Amino acid sequence: MNYDSLLSSKAKQIPPSGIRKFFDIISEMEDAISLGVGEPDFVTPWHIREEGIYSLEKGYTYYTSNAGLLALRQEIAKYLDRHYALTYNPKDQILVTVGGSEAIDLCFRALLNPGDEVIIPEPSFVCYKPCTELADGVPVVVETKAENQFRLTADELRAAITPKTKILVLPYPNNPTGAIMEQSDLEAIAEVLRGTDITVLSDEIYAVLTYGQPHVSIANIPGMYERTVLVNGFSKSHAMTGWRMGFVTGPAEVIGLMTKLHQYAIMSAPTTSQYAAIEALRSGDSDIVRMREEYNLRRRVIVDGFRKMGLSCFEPLGAFYIFPCIRSTGMDSATFSEQLLYSEKVAVVPGTAFGQSGEGFIRCSYAASMDNITEALSRIARFVENNKR
Amino acid sequence: MERILEILEHDATMTPQQIAVMLDKDEAEVAAQIKAYEDNKTILGKRAVINWDKTQRQQVSALIELKVTPQRGEGFDAVAERIYQYEQVSSLYLMSGGFDIMVVVEGKTMQEVALFVAEKLAPMNNVISTATHFVLKKYKVDGVVMDPDTEDKREVMSL
Repeated sequence: MNYDSLLSSKAKQIPPSGIRKFFDIISEMEDAISLGVGEPDFVTPWHIREEGIYSLEKGYTYYTSNAGLLALRQEIAKYLDRHYALTYNPKDQILVTVGGSEAIDLCFRALLNPGDEVIIPEPSFVCYKPCTELADGVPVVVETKAENQFRLTADELRAAITPKTKILVLPYPNNPTGAIMEQSDLEAIAEVLRGTDITVLSDEIYAVLTYGQPHVSIANIPGMYERTVLVNGFSKSHAMTGWRMGFVTGPAEVIGLMTKLHQYAIMSAPTTSQYAAIEALRSGDSDIVRMREEYNLRRRVIVDGFRKMGLSCFEPLGAFYIFPCIRSTGMDSATFSEQLLYSEKVAVVPGTAFGQSGEGFIRCSYAASMDNITEALSRIARFVENNKR
Repeated sequence: MERILEILEHDATMTPQQIAVMLDKDEAEVAAQIKAYEDNKTILGKRAVINWDKTQRQQVSALIELKVTPQRGEGFDAVAERIYQYEQVSSLYLMSGGFDIMVVVEGKTMQEVALFVAEKLAPMNNVISTATHFVLKKYKVDGVVMDPDTEDKREVMSL
Protein backbone atom coordinates (compact mmCIF):
# COMPACT_ATOMS: atom_id res chain seq x y z
CA MET A 1 0.00 0.00 0.00
CA ASN A 2 1.23 3.48 -0.78
CA TYR A 3 0.01 5.11 2.38
CA ASP A 4 1.50 8.44 1.40
CA SER A 5 -1.02 8.75 -1.39
CA LEU A 6 -3.83 7.62 0.91
CA LEU A 7 -3.27 10.18 3.62
CA SER A 8 -4.86 13.61 3.55
CA SER A 9 -2.44 16.16 2.16
CA LYS A 10 -3.99 18.81 4.42
CA ALA A 11 -3.31 16.69 7.50
CA LYS A 12 0.17 15.75 6.32
CA GLN A 13 1.33 19.32 5.83
CA ILE A 14 0.64 20.21 9.46
CA PRO A 15 3.98 20.12 11.29
CA PRO A 16 4.33 17.97 14.42
CA SER A 17 4.47 19.70 17.79
CA GLY A 18 7.97 20.81 18.74
CA ILE A 19 7.47 19.91 22.38
CA ARG A 20 7.46 16.14 22.29
CA LYS A 21 11.03 15.60 21.12
CA PHE A 22 12.64 16.60 24.41
CA PHE A 23 10.30 14.56 26.54
CA ASP A 24 10.96 11.40 24.60
CA ILE A 25 14.63 11.87 25.51
CA ILE A 26 14.02 12.77 29.15
CA SER A 27 11.82 9.74 29.73
CA GLU A 28 14.92 7.56 29.32
CA MET A 29 17.25 9.75 31.39
CA GLU A 30 18.00 9.05 35.06
CA ASP A 31 17.92 11.91 37.57
CA ALA A 32 16.44 14.23 34.97
CA ILE A 33 14.15 17.04 36.08
CA SER A 34 11.42 18.27 33.80
CA LEU A 35 10.24 21.85 33.85
CA GLY A 36 8.60 21.15 30.54
CA VAL A 37 5.32 19.59 31.55
CA GLY A 38 2.32 21.76 30.76
CA GLU A 39 -0.13 20.32 33.26
CA PRO A 40 -0.64 20.64 37.01
CA ASP A 41 1.46 18.38 39.22
CA PHE A 42 -1.41 18.23 41.72
CA VAL A 43 -3.63 15.20 41.62
CA THR A 44 -7.35 15.98 41.33
CA PRO A 45 -8.71 16.77 44.83
CA TRP A 46 -10.10 13.64 46.47
CA HIS A 47 -13.67 14.89 46.94
CA ILE A 48 -13.88 15.39 43.16
CA ARG A 49 -12.39 11.99 42.36
CA GLU A 50 -14.74 10.39 44.85
CA GLU A 51 -17.76 11.92 43.15
CA GLY A 52 -16.61 10.34 39.88
CA ILE A 53 -16.34 6.98 41.65
CA TYR A 54 -19.82 7.39 43.19
CA SER A 55 -21.30 8.08 39.77
CA LEU A 56 -19.90 4.77 38.53
CA GLU A 57 -21.22 2.94 41.60
CA LYS A 58 -24.66 4.36 40.95
CA GLY A 59 -24.53 3.13 37.37
CA TYR A 60 -24.33 6.51 35.64
CA THR A 61 -22.56 4.99 32.68
CA TYR A 62 -24.78 6.26 29.87
CA TYR A 63 -24.32 9.13 27.45
CA THR A 64 -25.51 12.45 28.73
CA SER A 65 -27.40 14.92 26.57
CA ASN A 66 -25.18 16.22 23.77
CA ALA A 67 -24.65 19.57 25.43
CA GLY A 68 -23.78 17.94 28.76
CA LEU A 69 -25.72 17.36 31.99
CA LEU A 70 -28.07 20.26 32.62
CA ALA A 71 -26.99 20.24 36.28
CA LEU A 72 -23.39 20.74 35.17
CA ARG A 73 -24.29 23.53 32.77
CA GLN A 74 -26.21 25.23 35.56
CA GLU A 75 -23.16 24.99 37.82
CA ILE A 76 -20.97 26.37 35.03
CA ALA A 77 -23.35 29.33 34.71
CA LYS A 78 -23.11 29.98 38.46
CA TYR A 79 -19.32 29.61 38.38
CA LEU A 80 -18.89 32.15 35.57
CA ASP A 81 -21.25 34.54 37.34
CA ARG A 82 -19.48 34.04 40.69
CA HIS A 83 -15.93 34.48 39.37
CA TYR A 84 -16.28 36.78 36.36
CA ALA A 85 -19.75 38.37 36.61
CA LEU A 86 -20.72 36.76 33.29
CA THR A 87 -24.26 35.57 32.62
CA TYR A 88 -24.97 32.63 30.32
CA ASN A 89 -28.17 30.63 29.87
CA PRO A 90 -27.43 26.97 30.71
CA LYS A 91 -30.05 25.85 28.21
CA ASP A 92 -28.57 27.25 25.02
CA GLN A 93 -25.38 29.18 25.71
CA ILE A 94 -23.19 26.51 27.32
CA LEU A 95 -21.70 23.36 25.80
CA VAL A 96 -19.68 20.83 27.79
CA THR A 97 -16.71 19.64 25.72
CA VAL A 98 -13.88 17.13 25.83
CA GLY A 99 -11.36 19.55 27.29
CA GLY A 100 -10.89 23.12 26.17
CA SER A 101 -9.14 21.82 23.05
CA GLU A 102 -12.32 20.38 21.58
CA ALA A 103 -14.05 23.68 22.15
CA ILE A 104 -11.30 25.52 20.24
CA ASP A 105 -11.54 23.08 17.33
CA LEU A 106 -15.35 23.32 17.28
CA CYS A 107 -15.26 27.09 17.28
CA PHE A 108 -13.06 27.22 14.18
CA ARG A 109 -15.14 24.62 12.38
CA ALA A 110 -18.40 26.35 13.25
CA LEU A 111 -17.30 29.84 12.19
CA LEU A 112 -14.78 29.55 9.36
CA ASN A 113 -15.44 29.48 5.66
CA PRO A 114 -12.55 28.71 3.29
CA GLY A 115 -10.13 31.63 3.18
CA ASP A 116 -11.35 33.29 6.37
CA GLU A 117 -8.49 34.68 8.40
CA VAL A 118 -7.81 33.98 12.05
CA ILE A 119 -5.55 36.34 13.98
CA ILE A 120 -3.35 34.35 16.36
CA PRO A 121 -1.04 36.13 18.81
CA GLU A 122 2.18 34.18 19.31
CA PRO A 123 3.94 32.77 21.26
CA SER A 124 0.88 30.73 22.19
CA PHE A 125 -0.57 27.26 22.66
CA VAL A 126 0.28 24.99 19.78
CA CYS A 127 -3.20 24.09 18.51
CA TYR A 128 -4.59 27.34 17.12
CA LYS A 129 -2.74 27.27 13.80
CA PRO A 130 -3.32 23.61 12.89
CA CYS A 131 -6.97 23.74 13.95
CA THR A 132 -7.46 26.87 11.84
CA GLU A 133 -5.92 25.17 8.82
CA LEU A 134 -7.96 22.00 9.30
CA ALA A 135 -11.08 24.20 9.21
CA ASP A 136 -9.89 25.76 5.92
CA GLY A 137 -9.03 29.03 7.63
CA VAL A 138 -5.88 31.07 7.18
CA PRO A 139 -3.78 31.76 10.27
CA VAL A 140 -2.49 35.32 10.56
CA VAL A 141 0.19 35.38 13.22
CA VAL A 142 0.77 38.48 15.32
CA GLU A 143 4.12 38.34 17.10
CA THR A 144 3.72 39.77 20.58
CA LYS A 145 6.81 41.29 22.15
CA ALA A 146 8.72 40.94 25.38
CA GLU A 147 8.85 44.74 25.79
CA ASN A 148 5.03 44.68 25.86
CA GLN A 149 5.08 41.78 28.33
CA PHE A 150 3.80 39.61 25.48
CA ARG A 151 0.40 41.34 25.57
CA LEU A 152 -1.49 41.94 22.34
CA THR A 153 -1.59 45.66 21.61
CA ALA A 154 -4.31 47.53 19.78
CA ASP A 155 -1.82 48.67 17.13
CA GLU A 156 -0.64 45.12 16.47
CA LEU A 157 -4.23 43.97 16.15
CA ARG A 158 -5.24 46.86 13.89
CA ALA A 159 -2.32 46.12 11.56
CA ALA A 160 -3.34 42.47 11.23
CA ILE A 161 -7.01 43.02 10.41
CA THR A 162 -8.09 42.62 6.77
CA PRO A 163 -11.55 42.34 5.19
CA LYS A 164 -11.13 38.55 5.52
CA THR A 165 -10.54 38.55 9.26
CA LYS A 166 -13.13 36.35 10.96
CA ILE A 167 -11.73 35.42 14.36
CA LEU A 168 -9.32 36.88 16.87
CA VAL A 169 -7.83 34.28 19.20
CA LEU A 170 -7.19 35.79 22.62
CA PRO A 171 -5.08 33.28 24.57
CA TYR A 172 -4.72 34.91 28.00
CA PRO A 173 -3.52 34.09 30.63
CA ASN A 174 -0.96 32.83 28.18
CA ASN A 175 0.81 29.56 27.65
CA PRO A 176 3.86 29.75 27.26
CA THR A 177 4.69 33.30 28.38
CA GLY A 178 2.58 33.66 31.53
CA ALA A 179 1.34 37.00 30.18
CA ILE A 180 -2.06 38.36 31.10
CA MET A 181 -4.28 41.06 29.62
CA GLU A 182 -5.48 43.65 32.09
CA GLN A 183 -8.77 45.52 31.84
CA SER A 184 -7.17 48.51 30.10
CA ASP A 185 -5.45 46.23 27.56
CA LEU A 186 -8.77 44.55 26.78
CA GLU A 187 -10.56 47.86 26.46
CA ALA A 188 -8.03 48.95 23.85
CA ILE A 189 -8.56 45.68 21.94
CA ALA A 190 -12.35 46.11 22.20
CA GLU A 191 -12.07 49.61 20.77
CA VAL A 192 -10.46 48.14 17.63
CA LEU A 193 -13.05 45.37 17.35
CA ARG A 194 -16.17 47.51 17.73
CA GLY A 195 -17.74 48.15 14.38
CA THR A 196 -16.22 45.00 12.86
CA ASP A 197 -17.75 41.53 12.48
CA ILE A 198 -14.78 39.85 14.12
CA THR A 199 -15.52 37.16 16.69
CA VAL A 200 -13.21 36.71 19.67
CA LEU A 201 -12.22 33.18 20.63
CA SER A 202 -11.13 33.84 24.20
CA ASP A 203 -9.17 30.88 25.54
CA GLU A 204 -9.40 31.39 29.30
CA ILE A 205 -8.34 27.94 30.44
CA TYR A 206 -5.84 29.49 32.90
CA ALA A 207 -8.28 32.17 34.11
CA VAL A 208 -8.12 31.23 37.79
CA LEU A 209 -4.33 31.26 37.75
CA THR A 210 -3.52 34.95 37.92
CA TYR A 211 -1.32 36.44 40.60
CA GLY A 212 -1.97 39.78 42.22
CA GLN A 213 -5.10 40.65 40.31
CA PRO A 214 -8.20 38.74 39.21
CA HIS A 215 -8.61 37.71 35.60
CA VAL A 216 -10.80 39.89 33.43
CA SER A 217 -12.67 38.31 30.53
CA ILE A 218 -13.04 40.28 27.33
CA ALA A 219 -16.69 39.20 27.38
CA ASN A 220 -17.05 41.67 30.23
CA ILE A 221 -15.95 44.65 28.15
CA PRO A 222 -18.92 46.59 26.71
CA GLY A 223 -19.86 45.45 23.23
CA MET A 224 -17.79 42.26 23.42
CA TYR A 225 -20.16 39.75 25.08
CA GLU A 226 -22.18 39.20 21.92
CA ARG A 227 -19.06 38.53 19.82
CA THR A 228 -17.09 36.41 22.30
CA VAL A 229 -16.81 32.64 22.35
CA LEU A 230 -15.34 31.85 25.74
CA VAL A 231 -13.40 28.62 26.25
CA ASN A 232 -12.64 27.36 29.74
CA GLY A 233 -12.42 24.05 31.55
CA PHE A 234 -11.35 22.08 34.58
CA SER A 235 -7.89 20.91 33.57
CA LYS A 236 -5.92 23.77 35.05
CA SER A 237 -8.38 25.18 37.59
CA HIS A 238 -9.12 21.88 39.34
CA ALA A 239 -6.13 19.78 38.22
CA MET A 240 -8.39 17.59 36.10
CA THR A 241 -6.42 17.23 32.87
CA GLY A 242 -7.05 13.50 32.49
CA TRP A 243 -10.80 13.86 32.93
CA ARG A 244 -10.99 15.82 29.67
CA MET A 245 -13.55 18.34 30.84
CA GLY A 246 -13.96 21.68 29.14
CA PHE A 247 -16.77 24.02 28.28
CA VAL A 248 -17.56 26.79 25.89
CA THR A 249 -20.02 29.63 26.23
CA GLY A 250 -21.19 32.31 23.85
CA PRO A 251 -24.08 33.50 21.71
CA ALA A 252 -26.81 30.85 21.45
CA GLU A 253 -26.55 30.77 17.65
CA VAL A 254 -22.84 29.91 17.76
CA ILE A 255 -23.11 27.44 20.63
CA GLY A 256 -26.04 25.77 18.82
CA LEU A 257 -23.94 25.13 15.72
CA MET A 258 -20.98 23.97 17.80
CA THR A 259 -23.30 21.56 19.62
CA LYS A 260 -24.41 20.12 16.29
CA LEU A 261 -20.79 19.43 15.27
CA HIS A 262 -20.05 18.08 18.76
CA GLN A 263 -22.95 15.64 18.59
CA TYR A 264 -21.69 14.10 15.35
CA ALA A 265 -18.02 13.89 16.38
CA ILE A 266 -18.17 13.24 20.12
CA MET A 267 -21.81 12.55 21.13
CA SER A 268 -21.26 13.80 24.65
CA ALA A 269 -18.37 14.49 27.01
CA PRO A 270 -17.45 11.62 29.40
CA THR A 271 -20.30 11.03 31.85
CA THR A 272 -18.12 10.14 34.86
CA SER A 273 -16.10 13.31 34.33
CA GLN A 274 -19.25 15.41 34.17
CA TYR A 275 -20.41 14.19 37.58
CA ALA A 276 -16.96 14.87 39.02
CA ALA A 277 -17.04 18.33 37.44
CA ILE A 278 -20.33 19.17 39.17
CA GLU A 279 -18.64 18.47 42.50
CA ALA A 280 -15.62 20.54 41.45
CA LEU A 281 -17.84 23.56 40.82
CA ARG A 282 -20.04 23.10 43.88
CA SER A 283 -17.27 22.54 46.42
CA GLY A 284 -13.95 23.18 44.71
CA ASP A 285 -13.36 26.93 45.02
CA SER A 286 -11.08 26.39 48.02
CA ASP A 287 -9.01 23.92 45.94
CA ILE A 288 -8.46 26.65 43.38
CA VAL A 289 -7.22 29.04 46.06
CA ARG A 290 -4.93 26.41 47.61
CA MET A 291 -3.31 25.47 44.31
CA ARG A 292 -3.00 29.09 43.16
CA GLU A 293 -1.22 30.02 46.39
CA GLU A 294 1.19 27.13 45.98
CA TYR A 295 1.88 28.07 42.34
CA ASN A 296 2.46 31.64 43.44
CA LEU A 297 5.16 30.61 45.95
CA ARG A 298 6.91 28.61 43.25
CA ARG A 299 6.50 31.44 40.73
CA ARG A 300 8.34 33.86 42.95
CA VAL A 301 11.14 31.36 43.59
CA ILE A 302 11.63 30.63 39.90
CA VAL A 303 11.51 34.29 38.82
CA ASP A 304 14.05 35.13 41.52
CA GLY A 305 16.24 32.21 40.40
CA PHE A 306 16.37 33.24 36.74
CA ARG A 307 17.00 36.88 37.55
CA LYS A 308 19.89 35.93 39.82
CA MET A 309 21.38 34.04 36.87
CA GLY A 310 21.40 37.30 34.96
CA LEU A 311 18.76 36.19 32.45
CA SER A 312 16.19 38.84 31.69
CA CYS A 313 12.72 37.73 32.51
CA PHE A 314 9.51 39.71 32.75
CA GLU A 315 7.32 38.79 35.66
CA PRO A 316 4.66 36.29 34.56
CA LEU A 317 1.32 37.16 36.15
CA GLY A 318 -0.69 34.20 34.93
CA ALA A 319 -0.75 30.45 34.19
CA PHE A 320 2.19 28.38 35.55
CA TYR A 321 4.95 29.24 33.11
CA ILE A 322 7.94 31.51 33.04
CA PHE A 323 9.49 32.62 29.75
CA PRO A 324 13.06 33.82 30.36
CA CYS A 325 15.21 35.26 27.59
CA ILE A 326 18.36 33.24 26.90
CA ARG A 327 19.84 35.44 24.14
CA SER A 328 22.66 36.55 26.42
CA THR A 329 24.10 33.03 26.18
CA GLY A 330 24.51 33.39 22.43
CA MET A 331 22.54 30.20 21.84
CA ASP A 332 19.24 29.86 20.06
CA SER A 333 16.29 28.38 21.95
CA ALA A 334 16.60 24.88 20.55
CA THR A 335 20.36 24.66 21.14
CA PHE A 336 20.03 25.99 24.68
CA SER A 337 17.28 23.50 25.51
CA GLU A 338 19.11 20.57 23.95
CA GLN A 339 22.47 21.30 25.56
CA LEU A 340 20.84 21.97 28.93
CA LEU A 341 19.12 18.61 28.73
CA TYR A 342 22.27 16.69 27.84
CA SER A 343 24.69 18.49 30.15
CA GLU A 344 22.49 19.14 33.22
CA LYS A 345 19.53 16.82 32.68
CA VAL A 346 16.94 19.56 32.93
CA ALA A 347 14.14 19.66 30.37
CA VAL A 348 12.66 22.97 29.28
CA VAL A 349 10.82 23.79 26.06
CA PRO A 350 12.35 26.05 23.40
CA GLY A 351 10.24 29.16 22.85
CA THR A 352 10.10 28.40 19.13
CA ALA A 353 7.76 25.48 19.86
CA PHE A 354 5.12 28.18 20.36
CA GLY A 355 5.87 30.21 17.24
CA GLN A 356 8.89 31.88 15.68
CA SER A 357 8.51 34.88 17.98
CA GLY A 358 9.52 32.55 20.80
CA GLU A 359 13.10 32.48 19.48
CA GLY A 360 15.51 33.59 22.17
CA PHE A 361 13.26 32.32 24.97
CA ILE A 362 12.57 29.08 26.81
CA ARG A 363 9.41 27.96 28.56
CA CYS A 364 9.76 26.59 32.07
CA SER A 365 6.75 25.24 33.89
CA TYR A 366 6.57 25.65 37.62
CA ALA A 367 3.98 22.92 37.89
CA ALA A 368 6.71 20.96 39.64
CA SER A 369 7.64 20.36 43.27
CA MET A 370 9.58 23.06 45.09
CA ASP A 371 12.47 20.64 45.54
CA ASN A 372 12.62 19.98 41.80
CA ILE A 373 12.35 23.67 40.98
CA THR A 374 15.18 24.52 43.38
CA GLU A 375 17.43 21.76 42.04
CA ALA A 376 16.61 22.64 38.42
CA LEU A 377 17.44 26.31 39.04
CA SER A 378 20.77 25.32 40.52
CA ARG A 379 21.59 23.18 37.46
CA ILE A 380 20.45 25.85 34.98
CA ALA A 381 22.55 28.46 36.83
CA ARG A 382 25.62 26.22 36.48
CA PHE A 383 24.84 25.71 32.78
CA VAL A 384 24.44 29.45 32.16
CA GLU A 385 27.65 30.20 34.09
CA ASN A 386 29.59 27.61 32.09
CA ASN A 387 28.28 29.01 28.81
CA LYS A 388 28.80 32.69 29.46
CA ARG A 389 30.02 34.53 26.42
CA MET B 1 2.05 36.75 58.15
CA GLU B 2 0.36 33.42 58.88
CA ARG B 3 1.65 32.31 55.50
CA ILE B 4 5.07 32.04 57.15
CA LEU B 5 3.62 29.58 59.65
CA GLU B 6 1.92 27.59 56.89
CA ILE B 7 5.19 27.33 54.96
CA LEU B 8 7.16 26.28 58.06
CA GLU B 9 4.49 23.81 59.09
CA HIS B 10 4.84 22.22 55.67
CA ASP B 11 8.67 22.35 55.60
CA ALA B 12 10.52 23.55 58.70
CA THR B 13 13.85 23.57 56.84
CA MET B 14 12.86 26.67 54.84
CA THR B 15 15.18 29.57 55.61
CA PRO B 16 14.02 33.18 56.11
CA GLN B 17 15.72 33.98 52.79
CA GLN B 18 13.72 31.31 50.93
CA ILE B 19 10.47 32.29 52.63
CA ALA B 20 11.10 35.94 51.82
CA VAL B 21 11.40 35.09 48.11
CA MET B 22 8.30 32.91 48.20
CA LEU B 23 6.20 35.62 49.84
CA ASP B 24 7.82 38.61 48.15
CA LYS B 25 8.85 40.04 51.53
CA ASP B 26 12.00 41.45 53.03
CA GLU B 27 14.28 38.75 54.48
CA ALA B 28 14.95 40.67 57.71
CA GLU B 29 11.22 41.19 58.18
CA VAL B 30 10.57 37.45 57.80
CA ALA B 31 13.41 36.55 60.19
CA ALA B 32 12.06 38.98 62.78
CA GLN B 33 8.56 37.57 62.46
CA ILE B 34 9.82 34.00 62.92
CA LYS B 35 11.75 35.12 66.02
CA ALA B 36 8.59 36.75 67.37
CA TYR B 37 6.63 33.54 66.78
CA GLU B 38 9.31 31.59 68.62
CA ASP B 39 9.38 34.06 71.49
CA ASN B 40 5.62 33.98 72.04
CA LYS B 41 5.59 30.17 71.70
CA THR B 42 3.54 30.12 68.52
CA ILE B 43 6.40 28.13 66.99
CA LEU B 44 7.22 25.50 69.59
CA GLY B 45 9.74 23.43 67.68
CA LYS B 46 10.90 22.24 64.26
CA ARG B 47 10.74 18.48 63.80
CA ALA B 48 10.89 15.90 61.04
CA VAL B 49 7.95 13.57 60.45
CA ILE B 50 9.45 10.07 60.62
CA ASN B 51 7.93 6.76 59.63
CA TRP B 52 9.60 4.53 62.22
CA ASP B 53 8.13 1.47 60.54
CA LYS B 54 10.84 1.93 57.89
CA THR B 55 13.57 1.53 60.53
CA GLN B 56 14.74 -1.24 62.82
CA ARG B 57 13.45 0.60 65.86
CA GLN B 58 10.61 -1.04 67.73
CA GLN B 59 7.83 1.38 68.51
CA VAL B 60 4.27 0.90 69.65
CA SER B 61 1.62 3.59 69.96
CA ALA B 62 -1.63 3.44 71.84
CA LEU B 63 -4.58 5.74 72.33
CA ILE B 64 -5.84 5.64 75.93
CA GLU B 65 -9.30 6.89 76.75
CA LEU B 66 -9.56 8.16 80.31
CA LYS B 67 -12.66 8.97 82.32
CA VAL B 68 -11.65 11.48 84.95
CA THR B 69 -13.34 13.29 87.83
CA PRO B 70 -12.68 16.99 87.41
CA GLN B 71 -11.30 18.82 90.46
CA ARG B 72 -12.94 21.78 92.08
CA GLY B 73 -11.41 25.01 90.85
CA GLU B 74 -9.09 23.28 88.39
CA GLY B 75 -11.35 21.24 86.15
CA PHE B 76 -9.28 18.73 84.19
CA ASP B 77 -6.11 20.82 84.01
CA ALA B 78 -4.42 19.51 87.14
CA VAL B 79 -4.81 15.85 86.21
CA ALA B 80 -3.85 16.57 82.60
CA GLU B 81 -0.69 18.28 83.80
CA ARG B 82 0.23 15.28 85.93
CA ILE B 83 -0.23 12.97 82.95
CA TYR B 84 1.67 14.92 80.30
CA GLN B 85 4.78 15.05 82.50
CA TYR B 86 5.46 11.39 81.66
CA GLU B 87 7.88 11.08 78.76
CA GLN B 88 5.86 8.10 77.45
CA VAL B 89 2.97 10.49 76.71
CA SER B 90 3.39 11.99 73.24
CA SER B 91 0.04 13.79 73.01
CA LEU B 92 -2.82 14.57 75.33
CA TYR B 93 -6.22 16.04 74.54
CA LEU B 94 -9.31 17.04 76.54
CA MET B 95 -12.25 15.55 74.65
CA SER B 96 -15.98 15.93 74.30
CA GLY B 97 -18.14 12.80 74.16
CA GLY B 98 -18.01 9.49 76.00
CA PHE B 99 -14.73 10.02 77.81
CA ASP B 100 -12.72 12.99 79.06
CA ILE B 101 -9.05 12.72 78.16
CA MET B 102 -7.28 11.09 75.24
CA VAL B 103 -3.66 10.13 75.93
CA VAL B 104 -1.33 9.02 73.17
CA VAL B 105 1.36 6.80 74.62
CA GLU B 106 4.53 5.58 72.89
CA GLY B 107 6.58 2.55 73.99
CA LYS B 108 8.89 -0.12 72.67
CA THR B 109 6.44 -3.00 73.17
CA MET B 110 2.75 -3.50 73.83
CA GLN B 111 3.63 -4.86 77.24
CA GLU B 112 5.56 -1.72 78.10
CA VAL B 113 2.61 0.45 77.14
CA ALA B 114 0.16 -1.80 79.00
CA LEU B 115 2.28 -1.64 82.14
CA PHE B 116 2.45 2.13 81.92
CA VAL B 117 -1.34 2.29 81.79
CA ALA B 118 -1.76 -0.21 84.62
CA GLU B 119 0.90 1.22 86.91
CA LYS B 120 0.79 4.94 86.22
CA LEU B 121 -2.45 6.07 84.63
CA ALA B 122 -5.09 3.74 86.07
CA PRO B 123 -4.15 4.18 89.75
CA MET B 124 -3.98 7.96 89.48
CA ASN B 125 -6.35 9.92 91.71
CA ASN B 126 -9.41 11.16 89.82
CA VAL B 127 -8.97 8.62 86.99
CA ILE B 128 -12.15 6.57 86.98
CA SER B 129 -11.46 4.23 84.08
CA THR B 130 -9.15 3.58 81.13
CA ALA B 131 -9.60 1.97 77.71
CA THR B 132 -6.49 1.20 75.66
CA HIS B 133 -6.44 1.02 71.86
CA PHE B 134 -3.19 -0.02 70.20
CA VAL B 135 -2.28 1.51 66.85
CA LEU B 136 -1.77 -1.26 64.31
CA LYS B 137 -0.63 0.88 61.39
CA LYS B 138 -0.16 4.60 60.82
CA TYR B 139 -1.45 5.77 57.46
CA LYS B 140 -1.35 9.53 57.94
CA VAL B 141 0.16 11.57 60.77
CA ASP B 142 -0.25 15.32 61.17
CA GLY B 143 -1.27 15.68 57.53
CA VAL B 144 1.60 13.57 56.21
CA VAL B 145 0.87 10.29 54.41
CA MET B 146 3.25 7.65 55.80
CA ASP B 147 3.84 5.76 52.56
CA PRO B 148 3.14 8.30 49.83
CA ASP B 149 3.04 7.54 46.14
CA THR B 150 5.41 10.20 44.80
CA GLU B 151 5.77 8.93 41.27
CA ASP B 152 5.12 11.60 38.65
CA LYS B 153 2.41 9.98 36.54
CA ARG B 154 2.23 12.72 33.94
CA GLU B 155 2.96 11.38 30.46
CA VAL B 156 4.45 12.99 27.37
CA MET B 157 1.98 15.50 25.99
CA SER B 158 2.35 18.23 23.41
CA LEU B 159 1.01 21.24 25.21
